Amino acid sequence: MLVQLSGRGLRPVGRTSASPFIARITEQPNPVMREHILRVRGEDELPEGFRAYLIDEASVALCRCDTYILPPALRYLGEGDVVRIEPLRRALHTLYRRRSRHNTLLVTERCDNYCTMCSQPPKEGDDSWLIDEALQVIDLISPETAEVGITGGEPALLGERLVEILIRLRERLPSTDVHVLSNGRRFSDERLAALVAGVEHARLMIGIPLYSDLPEHHDFVVQAKGAFEETVRGILNLKRRGVRVELRFVIHRDTAERLPAFAEFVARNLLFVDHVALMGLEPTGFAKTNLGALWMEPSEYGAELSRAVRTLVRAGAPLSVYNHALCLLPEEVRPFARQSISDWKNAYFEECDSCARRAECSGFFASAATKRPKGMTAFACAQAALTGESR
Amino acid sequence: MTLSAHFRPRSEFAASGQYRLLPFRFGRLDDKRYVATNDVGEYVVLSEGDLHAFIERRLAPGSATYNALKVKHFLMDEGARSAVDLLALKYRTRLEPLSEFTGLHIFVVTLRCDHSCHYCQVSRQTEDRQHYDMSAEHAEKALAMVFRSPARDLKIEFQGGEPLLNFECIRYIVVRAEAMNAVAGKNLQFVIATNLSRLTDDMLDFCKAHRVVLSTSLDGPAELHDAQRPVRGGSSHALTLDGIQRVRRALGHDAVAALMTTTPRSLSRVVEIIDEYVRNGFHSIFLRPVSPYGFAVRSSLMRKYSADDWLRFYKAGLARILEINQAGFRLREEFTTILLQKIFSPAGTLYVDLQSPAGIGVAALVYNYDGAVYASDEGRMLAEMGDQSFRLGHVDCDTYDDMMTADALVSTLDSTMLEGVPMCSECPFLPYCGSDPVYHRVTQGDMIGHKALSEHCRRQMAVLRHLLSLLEDDAAARETLMGWM
Repeated sequence: MLVQLSGRGLRPVGRTSASPFIARITEQPNPVMREHILRVRGEDELPEGFRAYLIDEASVALCRCDTYILPPALRYLGEGDVVRIEPLRRALHTLYRRRSRHNTLLVTERCDNYCTMCSQPPKEGDDSWLIDEALQVIDLISPETAEVGITGGEPALLGERLVEILIRLRERLPSTDVHVLSNGRRFSDERLAALVAGVEHARLMIGIPLYSDLPEHHDFVVQAKGAFEETVRGILNLKRRGVRVELRFVIHRDTAERLPAFAEFVARNLLFVDHVALMGLEPTGFAKTNLGALWMEPSEYGAELSRAVRTLVRAGAPLSVYNHALCLLPEEVRPFARQSISDWKNAYFEECDSCARRAECSGFFASAATKRPKGMTAFACAQAALTGESR
Repeated sequence: MTLSAHFRPRSEFAASGQYRLLPFRFGRLDDKRYVATNDVGEYVVLSEGDLHAFIERRLAPGSATYNALKVKHFLMDEGARSAVDLLALKYRTRLEPLSEFTGLHIFVVTLRCDHSCHYCQVSRQTEDRQHYDMSAEHAEKALAMVFRSPARDLKIEFQGGEPLLNFECIRYIVVRAEAMNAVAGKNLQFVIATNLSRLTDDMLDFCKAHRVVLSTSLDGPAELHDAQRPVRGGSSHALTLDGIQRVRRALGHDAVAALMTTTPRSLSRVVEIIDEYVRNGFHSIFLRPVSPYGFAVRSSLMRKYSADDWLRFYKAGLARILEINQAGFRLREEFTTILLQKIFSPAGTLYVDLQSPAGIGVAALVYNYDGAVYASDEGRMLAEMGDQSFRLGHVDCDTYDDMMTADALVSTLDSTMLEGVPMCSECPFLPYCGSDPVYHRVTQGDMIGHKALSEHCRRQMAVLRHLLSLLEDDAAARETLMGWM
């Protein structure tokens, strides 16, 4: 289900304030909550006192400050969602959706790597306002939220401010899993690793990409000399202090060949990590720029993927395969496929409508919709039953 | 297609070619190739030319050999501290099982036996001598020693003679061990090594209730098995098969394992022996050599055979087993699997007879029927031949601390460690081998032994060369072998 997370096209009705503001949406008109945005779907009266109002239809007797009509694509917004409204640009950004399993906070766009397939290409410049915003959003997130992601850029470049975010998360959302995506290099500094471990966040995992067993090869993929060395030291520093670490490997034309060797390297050297994720390429950002050089059909690397999975399973490593439709995976790999594509960028093809396993299948990236993969086949009900696969 | 212009090409990230060597050993694999190994058991096969280039620091980055040596930490770029950190981590992981200490505890509950196996390690006594049974008092003291071990996994193995002849003692030990374990909280496993001839339904019920598993001897087809395992008034083979069926019915298919002992008679019949295992539904077989102890040495019935004889037997056997696997029947050879674990598993293996420092005391302890404590099964057999070097003490008069810190034990462990003895310290197969002080004392009169004269060494090196060559050269064999771990 594709979801638009931001858009322009808010239609103000009457006066608006000038500066951007962040607030949580409620659909309860009583009691009046001064910092909340009231979401009104019908033609009800707008009680005064809310920070803003998001409505579907213009109706009579509207004269509240910061009342906006939502464009159709944004009308999914509702109770518990957190948004940033920019009145002068008439823009709205969804920062948190209560009903989604895929909420992430972008904390910086700066990065010290430059991966050839980066889905969020780095930008220079002071963007520390993102941190301040993230802290505000954390205060507004529902406590029953299962998981929040922290991404960038490279979150560890924030240093102590990353620690501040983790502390805020621990205090405000103690039951929420936190998944930080980081290249791990800054954690080669033991002090930062110690600070993060010192937060004692019980539900923290740091997802760290490693693209090869060969240092020079990894360095090429991330376009930074010495990156492999720092990343491995970062992983060791974090694990020594009991921080949970996940290894992530993205499969494309420059990494696929060494995937089996990478699996052997992990089985020998890094078996103390908490999770290993083998991931399909998301053709957006630099991956899209370099698509011709990097894109590989999953069927082209099926053998390598099978061998890697077999090695890791035999070693007892906790393993998942992300971003691959079930029909494109070798049979022995399917039990490890997870529904990993964030709902807001998740798409399926027409073949999928009749597929018996659609509900468990991660489908495709919306950005891949223009590159129809070869070899898609819907599972018939009988077929799914025969293979006896279920999760 | 190449990457967009503002990305740098692979060539810009190539390694400099200046590298440092990390510790390794090397030796010949065959006429054309060498094998290099490191302290954690990783290996690289390489040509003589590459070996020279590697050592002389002129091996070119990017070649398959260079890459293999780098990712397995035989060489490192200057300043690549992570390589040293990982190697250190792997080494600690490999040695960590040592801190678990003694996991295998063998209780010889009786010396009485109804069989007269030609190769018997035990000075078997006939059935009517009652004072060859372990007493409850000694069993209790031995159990106290068992629970002194810090190991989280404890395996108590009952041996003899024929342990079922003193089932009351087994019953006592199991019940008492479980009671003591209610406090200790270990993973307790019980195994009985038995010929199954005395198995009653009562015994089966007890085994079921306490999850005791059984291990028996199946030396091959009936005529071979019976010729070397005579029993009064019947066929050992028939009794064994009958016993196996009864155990499986009562306790499950995998509740009984079988071992074979190789004798000169078996040497030419490996395929028949293996087929016998397959016919009886076993998915595991252990191709073991015979040891030069006890009855086997004294009796003129047994002609010792050479390592080369056994190697022919083993290679033919392994080939047959691989064939069987490739035809779709899962059959795992245990000796090979132990070696594979030493090669591929980060923590190595707990197999007592291939450890450095040796497994004596550290990995296994033997509590004899008379209350004496020995550092290994073979050490006990040596004592019966008159040599007490591996006797640690007696449960009635020696404390656990005295026995486990006795100079005889500690200095033996120290002096026989492979890392510190001639030939072994430079041998590429060191990480896959073990010191065997008892064997060398029996055969050469010295616990370290001159390895050039050691059949143990000859056998180990040949098996490892064979196995490593298979892994390198035979993809189908490799696939089967890797699936055994």
